[in-house]
Amino acid sequence: MRYLPHTQEDIKEMLAVTGRTSLEDLFDTIPDALKTKTDLNLPDPLTEWDLNDHMEKLASDNIACKGYTCFIGAGSYDHHIPAIIPYLVSRSEFATAYTPYQPEVSQGTLQGIYEFQTMVTDLLGMDIATASHYDCGTALAECALIALRKNKKADKIAVSDLVHPSHRQIIDTYLKPAGFEMVTIGHTKEGLTDLSAVEALDGIAGLAVQSPNFFGHIEDLAACKKVAESKKILFITSFTEALAWGLLKNPGAFGADLVAGEGQSLGIAKTFGGPGLGLLAGTAKLMRDLPGRLVGRTKDTNGEDGYVLTLSTREQHIRREKASSNICSNNGLNAMTAAMYLSTIGKIGIREIARLNHDKAVYLKSVLTAAGCEPVFDQPFFNEFVMKAPKNFKQKRTELINRHCMFAGLDLEPFYPQLTDHYLFCATEKVTREQMDQLAKEVA
Amino acid sequence: MKEINDLNLPEDVKYTKDHEWAKSEEGIVTIGINDYAQDQLGEIVFVELPEVGDTFSAEDEFGSVESVKAVSELYMPISGEVAAVNENLEDAPELVNEDCYQGGWIIKVKPSDNAEMNALMDKAAYLEMLKG
Repeated sequence: MRYLPHTQEDIKEMLAVTGRTSLEDLFDTIPDALKTKTDLNLPDPLTEWDLNDHMEKLASDNIACKGYTCFIGAGSYDHHIPAIIPYLVSRSEFATAYTPYQPEVSQGTLQGIYEFQTMVTDLLGMDIATASHYDCGTALAECALIALRKNKKADKIAVSDLVHPSHRQIIDTYLKPAGFEMVTIGHTKEGLTDLSAVEALDGIAGLAVQSPNFFGHIEDLAACKKVAESKKILFITSFTEALAWGLLKNPGAFGADLVAGEGQSLGIAKTFGGPGLGLLAGTAKLMRDLPGRLVGRTKDTNGEDGYVLTLSTREQHIRREKASSNICSNNGLNAMTAAMYLSTIGKIGIREIARLNHDKAVYLKSVLTAAGCEPVFDQPFFNEFVMKAPKNFKQKRTELINRHCMFAGLDLEPFYPQLTDHYLFCATEKVTREQMDQLAKEVA
Repeated sequence: MKEINDLNLPEDVKYTKDHEWAKSEEGIVTIGINDYAQDQLGEIVFVELPEVGDTFSAEDEFGSVESVKAVSELYMPISGEVAAVNENLEDAPELVNEDCYQGGWIIKVKPSDNAEMNALMDKAAYLEMLKG
C-alpha cells in the first residue's frame, strides 16, 4: 500500500467540501479538554543513515530466532520456511491486496483463499473452513461464542486447563463482558484433560480441548466427543501446531464440531509471537454460524469457474450489529502464505516434515532423560514434551541463551504454579543431532 | 418488486408489523412470512428454524430467513410452544418465495393465550400500515 500524504491543496479542497475554514475548525466537535495543546515531544529529525543505525541498535536489543537454536514451541514454532514462500508472498499482487469485495478485480486473491480453505478442510478433515482469523486464540474464542449462540439456554463453556494459557485468557476476555463463564477443567496426573470433571457440569454449551495439548500430549479426542455427545454440547478442539496433522488422525475423524487452530507453522515467521494465522473449521451443519470470511466457487455467465465471497449476509458489512461476529478483518496474506506453504510441501512432504519433528523430539527426550532430567509423563506426543529438570537448570538456562545462543525449553511454573522446575521442550525439523547432544551435555 | 396493490394478502390470516402472517385452525396457529416480506427479501436461500418444543413469547425472535440480499429475523406473532416446523424448507427454502401461505409455512405453534390472535392486524389494517 502506498503512503501518500495530503498536500495543502488536498486539505483546502476537502475543507471546502465540508464548509469548514481550517483544520481546527473541522475538529471543533472534539471537546477542548481532549485536545493536545503543546507540540509532541519528538527529537530532532535524523538523516537516513543515522536513522538506520538507530533502528538497528534498537533491534539488536531483542533476540530473534535467527542465529539461535530454539527448543521452545508452546504456540509459536521455529520451522523452516522454504525460500519460495517469502518470494511469492512479497509480490505486490498478494502483499497489497485488500479485502476482495469486488470479485471482478480480485479473482487471483479469491482463488488463492478458496484453495487455502480447501487445504485446511483436507488437513483437518472438516467440511468447511473460514479464511481466516488473527490467531488460534481468537478463533477458539469465536468457537466458544458459536456454541453459546447455538445453545441459548447455556451460559458456560468448559475449557481444558491444557488449552494454551493465552488462549484461555482470550476466551475469558471474550466471554466475561457478554455475561458468559469459562469453566476451567483440570487435568489428570497423566497429563490429559480430566473429562470426568465435565460430566457434573450444568449449563454448558461446549467443551474445548486442545490436542496436542499444552504439555504436547495427544488427547483422547474420541473420549472428548463421547462426553460432548452425552452432554448434548458442541465439541470444540484446538491446536497450536498445525504440522501435527501430517501424522495424526485429524479432528474431523473424531467428530469435532468446531476446530480452531494456529497456522503459524505453515510458512509464517514467528515475528515476536504474531501476527499468526487463526484457522477455524466446522461441520456443514454450522456453516451459517461461522464468523469471518468465506470464498465460494461458482460459474460465471460464460460458464467458467469464478470465485466470490459467499454467505456474506452473516457478516458485519451487511448484517451490522446482528453479524455473527465483528471479526470482519481477515489475515489474508498469512492465509495465502499457508496455502503456498502447503502447496510447496505437498501431501507427502507434510508427512515427512511431521515425522522429522516427532523423531527429533523423541531423540531429544531420550538424551535429556539420559542427562538427568525426569520425564514427567508417559504419553504419546508430537514435537513437545515436559521434563522436570535439576534445581540448577533455571540458572543454566539463562547461561545457555547468553553463551550458547540456545533457548532451552519454556519454564512452566508461571503458567502452572505447581510445576516448579518443569520445562516444556520442543524439537522441530530444524534442530540437529549435534545441537540436541550439546543441550544434553550442558544439562548434565 | 411488487406494487402494494399487487400483493397477495389473503383475508383469512392475521398480520404482524414485522410482516409475518398467522392463521389459527383447530387450536394450532400456523406462522409464515407474507407476500410483501418474501418479495422484499428476494430469493430465499435458507430458513433457520427453531426446535419443536421450544417456547417463545410474542415478539420473540424464533428464527431467521436468509436471502441473497440479507438475513432477517423472524418474530413470534403470539406466545406459545412450537408444535411443528416445516422441514421441507431445509432442502427447498424457495417454497417461501413460491407459496408463502401454503407450502412455505414456517412453524406451527400451540398458543398459550388465544386472545393474542385478536391483537394482530387483519388485511385492511395491515394494508393501511404498509401505505403508511
